[in-house]
Amino acid sequence: MLTLQCPYCGVMAEETELSAGGEAHLKRFGPGSSDADFETYMFMRENPKGVHFERWRHSNGCGKWFHAARCTVTLEVFGTYTAQTSTPPADLLDKIRAARPGFKWREFE
Amino acid sequence: MSEAISALAGANNPNGFAAVAELGLHGMITVRGDQADAGFAKAVCTVAGVEALPEVRKCVGTLEGGVAWMSPDELMVFVPYSLVVEKLEELNAALDGSHFLAVNVSDARAVFGITGPKAREVIAKLAPVDLSPEAFGVGDLRRTRLAQIAAAFWMNSEDSFRLVCFRSVAEYAYNLLAMSASAGSEVDYF
Amino acid sequence: MSTRLSKGGRLVDTSSTVAFQFNGKTLTGHAGDTLASALLANDQMLVGRSFKYHRPRGIVASGAEEPNALVNLGQNGKFEPNQRATTTELFDGLSATSQNHWPSLEFDVGAVNQYFTPFLTAGFYYKMFMHPRPLWKHVYEPFIRQSAGLGKAPKEKDADRYEHFYAYVDVTVIGGGVAGLQAALAAGEAGAKVLVMEQTAAWGGRAVVDGGTIDGMSAETWVASALARLEEMPNVTLRRRMMGAGVYDHGYLLGYERLTDHAPDQDGPRHRLWRIRTKQIVTATGAIERPISFAGNDIPGVMLASAVRDYAVNYGVAVGKRTVVVTNNDDGYRTAIAMVEAGQEVPAIIDARGQGAGDLGEKARKLGIRVALGMAISKVKGGKRVEGVELCRMEGNGGAILETIKCDAVAMSGGWSPVVHLWSHCGGKLLWDEVENHFKPDATRAPTGADGKPFVLTAGSASGPLGLGDVLADADAAGKMAAEAAGYAPATTPAPAGDARDENQMKPVWMMPANPVYELRMKMWLDYQNDVKVSDVQLAAREGFESVEHTKRYTTLGMATDQGKLSNINGLAVLADSLGEKIPQVGTTTFRPPYTPISMGAIGGAARDDVFQPIRKTPIQQWHEDQGAYMEPVGQWRRPYTFPRGNESHAQAVSREITNTRTNVGLLDASTLGKIIVKGPDAGKFLDLLYTNMMSTLKPGKCRYGLMCNENGFLMDDGVVARLDEETFLVHTTSGGAAHTHAHMEEWLQTEWWDFKVYTADVTEQYAQIAVVGPKARMVLEKLGGMDVSKAALGFMDWTQGKLGGFDARIFRISFSGELSYEIAVPASQGRAFWDALMAAGEEFGMMPYGTECLHVMRAEKGFIMIGDETDGTVIPQDLGLHWAISKKKEDFIGKRGQQRTFLASEERWQLVGLETVDGSVLPDGAYAVVHGHNENGQRNMIGRVTSTYYSPTLGRGIAMGLIKHGPQRMGELVEFGKVDGTTVMAKIVDPVWYDKEGEKQNV
Repeated sequence: MLTLQCPYCGVMAEETELSAGGEAHLKRFGPGSSDADFETYMFMRENPKGVHFERWRHSNGCGKWFHAARCTVTLEVFGTYTAQTSTPPADLLDKIRAARPGFKWREFE
Repeated sequence: MSEAISALAGANNPNGFAAVAELGLHGMITVRGDQADAGFAKAVCTVAGVEALPEVRKCVGTLEGGVAWMSPDELMVFVPYSLVVEKLEELNAALDGSHFLAVNVSDARAVFGITGPKAREVIAKLAPVDLSPEAFGVGDLRRTRLAQIAAAFWMNSEDSFRLVCFRSVAEYAYNLLAMSASAGSEVDYF
Repeated sequence: MSTRLSKGGRLVDTSSTVAFQFNGKTLTGHAGDTLASALLANDQMLVGRSFKYHRPRGIVASGAEEPNALVNLGQNGKFEPNQRATTTELFDGLSATSQNHWPSLEFDVGAVNQYFTPFLTAGFYYKMFMHPRPLWKHVYEPFIRQSAGLGKAPKEKDADRYEHFYAYVDVTVIGGGVAGLQAALAAGEAGAKVLVMEQTAAWGGRAVVDGGTIDGMSAETWVASALARLEEMPNVTLRRRMMGAGVYDHGYLLGYERLTDHAPDQDGPRHRLWRIRTKQIVTATGAIERPISFAGNDIPGVMLASAVRDYAVNYGVAVGKRTVVVTNNDDGYRTAIAMVEAGQEVPAIIDARGQGAGDLGEKARKLGIRVALGMAISKVKGGKRVEGVELCRMEGNGGAILETIKCDAVAMSGGWSPVVHLWSHCGGKLLWDEVENHFKPDATRAPTGADGKPFVLTAGSASGPLGLGDVLADADAAGKMAAEAAGYAPATTPAPAGDARDENQMKPVWMMPANPVYELRMKMWLDYQNDVKVSDVQLAAREGFESVEHTKRYTTLGMATDQGKLSNINGLAVLADSLGEKIPQVGTTTFRPPYTPISMGAIGGAARDDVFQPIRKTPIQQWHEDQGAYMEPVGQWRRPYTFPRGNESHAQAVSREITNTRTNVGLLDASTLGKIIVKGPDAGKFLDLLYTNMMSTLKPGKCRYGLMCNENGFLMDDGVVARLDEETFLVHTTSGGAAHTHAHMEEWLQTEWWDFKVYTADVTEQYAQIAVVGPKARMVLEKLGGMDVSKAALGFMDWTQGKLGGFDARIFRISFSGELSYEIAVPASQGRAFWDALMAAGEEFGMMPYGTECLHVMRAEKGFIMIGDETDGTVIPQDLGLHWAISKKKEDFIGKRGQQRTFLASEERWQLVGLETVDGSVLPDGAYAVVHGHNENGQRNMIGRVTSTYYSPTLGRGIAMGLIKHGPQRMGELVEFGKVDGTTVMAKIVDPVWYDKEGEKQNV
């Protein structure tokens, strides 16, 4: 069972305090978008063996959504950060690159 | 209103290794807004009768006049139940024109007291929180999971906790707390 | 014959007498005994029958690894099967019965199975019961069910209590032997917060049995002094009777504490499951001795050599008067020495090795013990107890018996395997040790935690070393490393000095003799509990089961409640040998938690009876219950379905409630309805995105019905929105939909439109909400007085607030029934009083409370949809004819893009219509509309289904709503619906609004 630190209230929260929210940094496509863009937005997901960016909510806590970078193989957590961003923080990406040379996730590498 | 009654009408169980009691009706106002804004902070402090807003995961004051940190943009203000409507109007007036939300939730919640030298153990049986004295002391607050429900609790004095949950699950919370405090089930850990 | 010795027994109080029952016979033991030691003290060698062949079985081990001595413990509400006698502490009044026998332990009919042994080989069930298929249900399955299964399932409810406990520590040490104690000392001295758990009631582990010196003290004295030092450390917690059950991700560890198993009359919970988060785990779990496979190694009296001396030293019990020791290593000699020192005979040590033992060999010879080198047991003689052993040469096929030695016990030692389970649970890898011939933890490939760094360390013989000095040095290093990894500076105190090990190398002998004939191999047991023999594993290998995981499942090796603690390595060795490979190439099976079985009660914890799950109660709940209302679950709420009177059936009660509400006035507890405040300058903009229809144009004082979809376009929730003021909306959701809808709002506000100035708050439980419904509703409210509720002051879809009958009320003129209807919210604390006031005021108007079924029928009569009935997560508003509630003006709302996809815009989708059976009957719920022809699954082709169906007392017939292909274009046509009994019923497609189409009744 995972523990993730909520970046808003600072709690090291175990999984029973959290709700998983799927892949992070999806770009919303609404009315007027192409079928391909809408399909990508709704259904196409990374499912990496390695570092993944995810959304979590501290639902049994302060109620805030946040992002986490977590390795799906070792469960190593590289960091958590605010939900109000469309890209992972630069220092977090640096940390991941250093630990996992050749790392690539969507447009980030 | 004279007919107002709390969820469990003050049920209490003094027979366990810690005393568990529903504490009746208390005035509670959920306030959302920018805690960094001086005007916001001043208005909330004035209504609650406290010096300053609580820091992250802290509770200041008492159930008769206090403020609990609930999230980066949410506070819980405690006032006497009889004054809550008046205090809410006061707060609304003070913050008029700014972006905020203040709602009366006094009747939507149940408040419990857990008291005794081993009160920590009662909660540590139910919530995934480090309740050792090094990690959790007077004034510290946690919103978390109490068995299968959401709850917030804080230490209001040495050996004493206050716990708030939704009114509809008050009976579940009370039964859980009373069972966890039952004599003979001391853990003797902290 | 096994007996209590006149001296010895460091754990038992020989001055005390404890009475207990075994199979109805009263026996006695001492305080400090386990059930196993007490049974042995009473010469109860036979303790059970084996699983498959019902062979007589005796105690093999002295701890958690015991495969045979499983008993039913306790009675009635305290009955529990499959309890290991070796880990059951004796108490006065204990009652145990043996398992897997009929009619009695001594005479068991099922033992006839052993004569069919050649037919009951590995994979027997797979091979035998495949054909012919019809025999399976009536012959094979009943037969297997009768004979299979360990123990008996309890029949009564568990009378005990259980609980959980959350603990957060720096270093957890699992195991209270000398290694665990030293690791705890090292970590504790560094200042780390340490939790030490020992699964038995006694500290000290093996060292106190085997002797040796530590820092010049006896092991026993050193353990006492280590405990005294640990007890003085405020940062160290010591817990006995607590097992490390499982290691999980991110330092999560389950500790299983048995509080009253040894003292059932004591107050408090029976078991406590510790849910521990720990920075570091040190597993000081020791090692387990391996048996050796020789013919008849399952006869009662054949035991692990270490267990034989445990019983002698710890409990003062000699398992035999004449004990033959058979070994492939030096350690077995300790047992021979211990038995002779206890005054018992050891006719021979049979050592499979040619060179014999080192120091211990010398000591044995000095005590006059005969040592037979290069020899093997060909066969154990006896049935329900050991009578003797036949000797043969190790290198041979066992055909030539050299001599027969009379004895009543055999102590076997096949070497030692570190207990690597906890290390392996979360991914720790293993290495094969060529010297000791065991798998041991590979410290370079430890389980890693959230920070990517190792969080499990092993200490003592759990790491591999078997000598006392090496064990202590390893444990000391592990304790220091754990403290350092947890952020503490370890002390520089050196490790305590323990005896060096001077032993000759063990010989990897897994079965004896080396090349046994088949009739010997088929009597050599590997897995006692699941009755798996050397010949079974060899057969599996011959049949092509090369993977150890496949062999395990095919033969059931290691699949019993002991999870192969004794059989694992021996089975692997036999498999590897059969495949012509080396053991590390064959590999090992996966170790999974828990280490030994833990109680279901402990897993569930406190969640039983009234706290099994949270039941949400409205402020008026007690009134409903007092009336004897029939309740139904709605999410976690329990709502009154109907309020039956006298001898009324539920159906009669529902009809009465409907008729009364439509003619007089009814009262509904609607408190469960979700209520969310949405406030801010952007609240209107936000709700326009959230709902399919326009909310920003709603005027303060007004209400509007709205639909909420998810991004896929599917209908998610519905409800009435009231605008409280320019910036504030009150959103009503379905019962049970509040938390979900609130979370949905917060998700969009926090993660997509975080620039919006909007705050939300869930105020569902702040209010008790009561619907006063029916032609006389206004009269009831007017009688309460205090507010103008006339049509002019409060029209349909208006809301207002004030004091109604002295209560703080907010009144909404909304209707879900088609009648004149007021929904009134008062603070929850006033809810019950308000309900009582309404009941009193309504009495003269014939007011009656009604339940959810009446609500459902009334809304169906009006053709109103219900989320969860008409919707199932794949239905869009357009399917339900709700086009009027979908804004065409708005550029965007959640779900708009999704609904534009071709398959959702298709005319072919099933659409909402009303349905009336030709014969007036009620359509079956969920029935499908069928047409000619069959689909690829052989089912009738389908063109629609029933979504809601009721008997309408208002219309005097069954009415239903359903989704039908091209439905709205087929008004008046007949459709055929399948029933469960295979017959069909014809129904006419009609408009779904049956009652007051013009809406005159609600708008008065």
